[in-house]
Amino acid sequence: MYKLTIEEKTYSCQPDETVLDALLRGNVNISYACKKGTCHSCMVRSPDTVPPEAAQAGLKNTLKKRNHFLACLCHPEQDMVIKLPDQSEFYTEGTVVVNEMLNRNTLLLIIAFKDAFEFNAGQFVNLQRADGLTRSYSIANTPQESNTLEFHIRRLPGGRFSEWLHDEIKAGDTIAVSEPRGHCFYLPEKSEQGILLVGTGTGLAPLAGILTDALAQGHSGPIYLFHGSREVEDLYRIDEMRQLAEQHQNFHYIPCISSNHVPAGFSHGRANEVALATLTDLKGWRVFLCGHPEMVNQMKKMTFLKGAASADIYADAFLVTPT
Amino acid sequence: MSKTLYERIGGEPAVNAAVDIFYRKVLNDPRINRFFDNVDMEKQAAKQKAFLTMAFGGPHSYTGQDMRTGHAHLVKMGLNDSHFDAVVEDLGATLVELNVPQELINEVVAICEPTRNDVLGR
Ligand SMILES: Cc1cc2nc3c(=O)[nH]c(=O)nc-3n(C[C@H](O)[C@H](O)[C@H](O)COP(=O)(O)OP(=O)(O)OC[C@H]3O[C@@H](n4cnc5c(N)ncnc54)[C@H](O)[C@@H]3O)c2cc1C
Ligand code: HEM
Ligand code: FES
Repeated sequence: MYKLTIEEKTYSCQPDETVLDALLRGNVNISYACKKGTCHSCMVRSPDTVPPEAAQAGLKNTLKKRNHFLACLCHPEQDMVIKLPDQSEFYTEGTVVVNEMLNRNTLLLIIAFKDAFEFNAGQFVNLQRADGLTRSYSIANTPQESNTLEFHIRRLPGGRFSEWLHDEIKAGDTIAVSEPRGHCFYLPEKSEQGILLVGTGTGLAPLAGILTDALAQGHSGPIYLFHGSREVEDLYRIDEMRQLAEQHQNFHYIPCISSNHVPAGFSHGRANEVALATLTDLKGWRVFLCGHPEMVNQMKKMTFLKGAASADIYADAFLVTPT
Repeated sequence: MSKTLYERIGGEPAVNAAVDIFYRKVLNDPRINRFFDNVDMEKQAAKQKAFLTMAFGGPHSYTGQDMRTGHAHLVKMGLNDSHFDAVVEDLGATLVELNVPQELINEVVAICEPTRNDVLGR
């Protein structure tokens, strides 16, 4: 019999019981539907234990890496700490060390921590204001010795959180940062695989992290980054990306402008459309899509139809909470 | 004891091999792809696995009533026999592509057929 711990409470899991059944018996409010590993609605995470292999069958590799598993398929092999998906989060205090503009509407925010902040480049965190207002932002760098996280924040006119970050936050201020979340990140496997990165606006943030990570880990396959916005003034890091493309033969950077004023050196059209026109066969490719929710959802389908396997498509839609 | 169809087809690995091929066919099939316009790709992949497991005679816990409620919103959109036939046809083509013998494909079709009235809400 093994112990399951959720926050302060513990539950016992009988030898013939799954984690799901044990938690349901203990009246834990956990969602489930099929009880046989198909619907994925019972997915939970163990921060401290590698789950049994059978409990991770059919999950994306990045979810496996972060110890996600299906409670209905899990017969524990040791005591486990379990985190439910909607469980209240643990916040760490960080200090703003850099706030400067990347372009006319995008703020570069760098937050430093006292202790190491463990994450995979491309994940996101929730930032929280003292009054409890919370928003998700993607991490734009790879783990640093200086324990800093980098963010790119677009000003949404009238947006409560983004305007607060733009207008009021100063270097030296502290801010509450959640644990890293999400499974849109690079894993160092199949290094000869083609990688397609498509982002709109601050969708570049997670992609920049993923790109840095892939290059640092010696990814040898072709890597294409399509970054799009309406006007050239809304793109950023253009020179840095061009420089990276010069340094790495396998990295290709295609900045895309959808309005009609397109300077030399930029492609005309939406980033997703330019990407699909450039790369016509995505069989065997790994795909990362970040930014505008509509672009992301449409591209998930399109890249799949162009041959990418569904398990190789990773995405973060920057959903704005409707008020 | 003789093996079940699900075992003879190859079980879960066969489902995994079929799911992307089948779903790509469905999304490319102008007769039926409008029914899949608003479904989320990731959630849909899990549902396609449920569908294939069921069609292969594998373990599942869906009842006829589940099939009715699960497809009721599609019936409102006009789901009819021709769409049902198209799905079964795409499934057959998927299995041909995976070199599944015709006798087994016939068995799969035979498993789908009794769900017709539930899926179409009759
Ligand atoms: C996983 C994830 C990662 C994210 N990463 C980033 C990131 O790296 N960088 C980043 O800048 N943002 C990111 N976002 C978006 C971010 O979380 C906030 O939603 C965004 O900053 C707006 O918050 P706000 O409080 O300023 O606006 P709110 O006060 O929440 O919104 C203001 C109002 O604007 C409306 N609105 C919605 N869309 C638009 C639009 N396009 N234009 C104008 N008004 C609109 C909303 O309905 C709302 O009523 C991410 C979101 C998610 C889910
Ligand atoms: C051959 C008979 C069929 C069987 C056995 C079958 C089985 C299933 C199953 C098991 C699910 C998942 C239910 C869930 O877990 O929520 C499902 C969902 C779905 N089916 Fe079918 N199905 C059949 C025919 C069809 C047809 C003919 C169409 C349309 C052309 C269709 C369209 C869908 C859609 C769109 C969903 C997802 C619903 C949603 O998520 O909104 N199915 N089906
Ligand atoms: S309840 Fe469906 S996967 Fe666990």
